[in-house]
Amino acid sequence: MPFIPHTDEDIQQMLDVIGVSSVEDLFDEIPASLRNDSLKTVPTQATEMEVSRIMHARAAQDGQPLCFMGAGAYDHHVPSAVWELTTRGEFYTAYTPYQAEASQGTLQLLYEYQTMMASLNGLDVSNASLYDGASALAEAVLMAVRANRKSRSKRILMPRTVHPNYRKTVETIVSKQDITLELIDYDRESGAIDASSLPAEPGDFAALVIPQPNFFGVLEDVDALTDWAHQHKALVIGVVNPIALAILKPPGEWGTDGADIACGEGQPLGIPMSSGGPYYGFMCCKQAYVRQMPGRIIGRTVDLEGKPGFTLTLQAREQHIRRSKATSNICTNQGLMITATTIHMSLLGARGLENVALNCHANTQKLVQKLSDLQGVDTVFKNPVFHESVIKISAPLQEVMSALHAQDLLPGFALQDDYPELENCLLVCATETRTDEDIATYVNHMERILGKH
Amino acid sequence: MSEIPADLKYTKNHEWVKLDADGNVLMGITDHAQDLLGDMVYVEPPEVGNEVEAEDVCAVVESVKAASDVYSPVSGEIIEANETLADTPELVNNDPYGEGWIMRLKPADSLEVEHLMDADAYTAHVASEDH
Repeated sequence: MPFIPHTDEDIQQMLDVIGVSSVEDLFDEIPASLRNDSLKTVPTQATEMEVSRIMHARAAQDGQPLCFMGAGAYDHHVPSAVWELTTRGEFYTAYTPYQAEASQGTLQLLYEYQTMMASLNGLDVSNASLYDGASALAEAVLMAVRANRKSRSKRILMPRTVHPNYRKTVETIVSKQDITLELIDYDRESGAIDASSLPAEPGDFAALVIPQPNFFGVLEDVDALTDWAHQHKALVIGVVNPIALAILKPPGEWGTDGADIACGEGQPLGIPMSSGGPYYGFMCCKQAYVRQMPGRIIGRTVDLEGKPGFTLTLQAREQHIRRSKATSNICTNQGLMITATTIHMSLLGARGLENVALNCHANTQKLVQKLSDLQGVDTVFKNPVFHESVIKISAPLQEVMSALHAQDLLPGFALQDDYPELENCLLVCATETRTDEDIATYVNHMERILGKH
Repeated sequence: MSEIPADLKYTKNHEWVKLDADGNVLMGITDHAQDLLGDMVYVEPPEVGNEVEAEDVCAVVESVKAASDVYSPVSGEIIEANETLADTPELVNNDPYGEGWIMRLKPADSLEVEHLMDADAYTAHVASEDH
């Protein structure tokens, strides 16, 4: 039996009804240059053995460089139990099931995940995850515009200290909906937004985005920024690193009233770095805004016999009920990724997570200290950071980076392309997985390479 | 057959409107609308103080079956929202023309109310939608 039930006659009948001559015509608005008709470099068939050989060869090309790069994805230790359990048959699916309530175990896991994330963020509710950190921020922006009933503005204040890729993703997703993103610059000395420089009369805006830590690893003055936005009847969206929340004040406690929405990238919680994905986005908010939240939400309830059970809840937000007016029509949630996160957080516990955060921070401090002791390396920003920091090199950065790459070492993220004012500046990070020996390796190579310049 | 009181005005979006002596209007959704939607579980209240145009979305009623926007029947300012619906949304089902009212508006132009459908026109509108 074919998987697609439509016969040729069915298809012709449907085309006749809408007045189109062929299925191909339905795609004619896509420019020819963007069409990918055939995969010319992919062979039509290969045996398992052949595919396996190719994959091993490709994997070997990646190598296992010593990683001092963060910039949004972080090389943390993941206990082997995490993926051993995650990939068991009982859990192994990428999505929340369509017959959701038949899978009570999955729903319970998602519920536990939501509980952990809400608690970590200091907010009332969490959804069951979104696609990734950048799209979670885009969803948070759309949500804030809907949820802010005190303002009809579609203006969003977006700091330049938000991850450049997040800003690009948000722009792509929201700009066609008449939402404008207005950039806020940072103070060149501190590396953070100077709250006292914000205008007393900023005009009507829907929300302020606050990254914590910001893209440079620098801590923003979240209390002052949150209160300033609330004074002007705007909502506050926190973009946070979940590891940082183990030791920093959670978004729900920022300023007098707390951030309204918090979102971010979940990869640091048990997901290995893997060519950019799959990762997942998390999102939490105050109870008052839950009906504007996108994504699936699992609730705990009792059945007819009074026994506890789990169920999808507040589904009137979702596209199968609200159609075009749904809170989101990107339905992806990352079920498998957050299964790993839930198991990861259960294994670590609150204290374990705190230890990870403290060790990452201590390692990065050690690395930055040793690098900046070298002739030709300086720190750039003076405000406190969390587990990531910007250094400036007195030699041409690309040459130095190439030399370090040759030593199988990822020295960090070059900021110049996204921040022209940060010439020869490098964003470095040493997580808890970097040893003193690793750090010494980096510092010694850097000293030798800079000595030649 | 749903109840359609003769002394009210109606919109094609199934809202009823009552012009008060002080010139303000009270509005809610019709018996027919609540019957189609089913048991209410939540009413997202309108924002008091907002200036709205006729047909602007200003509230949402959510039932076990569906969620539906509530539109402003006329242009004006929202001066009161029925706060009791937050805890007792079922009032919209039980008493759509009374305790289940949704909001009170100060119309920008009272003539706009006059131009809405009367009970006979609304009865015909409901009948036409049934087909």
